[in-house]
Amino acid sequence: MSKIKVDCCGETCPIPLIETRKAIRKASLGDIIEVRGTHQASKKEIAMAVKALGLKLVDVKEEGGEWVITIQK
Amino acid sequence: MTEKLTIVVHSGDMDKIYSALIIANGALSMGMEASLFFTFWGLQRLQRGGLEKGPLSKMHMLGIGSMIKQRMNKANVSSLERLIHAFKELGGKIIACDMTMEIMGIKKEDLREDLISEYGAVGTYIQEARESTINLFI
Repeated sequence: MSKIKVDCCGETCPIPLIETRKAIRKASLGDIIEVRGTHQASKKEIAMAVKALGLKLVDVKEEGGEWVITIQK
Repeated sequence: MTEKLTIVVHSGDMDKIYSALIIANGALSMGMEASLFFTFWGLQRLQRGGLEKGPLSKMHMLGIGSMIKQRMNKANVSSLERLIHAFKELGGKIIACDMTMEIMGIKKEDLREDLISEYGAVGTYIQEARESTINLFI
């Protein structure tokens, strides 16, 4: 089980969502994917995608306008 | 069965190509399949070097067009090139319209063959659309 980090800071819609999906596709079952970004709408949208894909949303953190979403495949 | 999105990309306007590619990438990102059927002015954007060349659908006569482009750059909006590659990488399908190629005298070698999954006409589109839960014409 490995941890995959995706940095989308400064990127706007739909790039954070796309990069998250790319990482999920590459990940193996059980892997942790950590997505970091600053685009506010994407924070909510990534959580929606995780639910739609039937994956586990482990954690959503935010500090100073930067969010970190942790997903498990 | 996986849910699917199909879009007829009829317009070659830059902003409409953005809409089509953003929606299609969104569908793939949310776990759907996606097919884009490029026809008429849309197909012209698949000609070599043509993707970013579309005009804006409105306001380009008032000089507002260049302002919108500047603002898009400032907001760090992704290029169409990046979006179409993401679409392919996420498993999206691109269909080029045979009939448009005939009418406009476009040959396969004029098109971005690396991006095109198949060539087809209305029957191919219907087969895609009949199994789609979302179906748009842009």
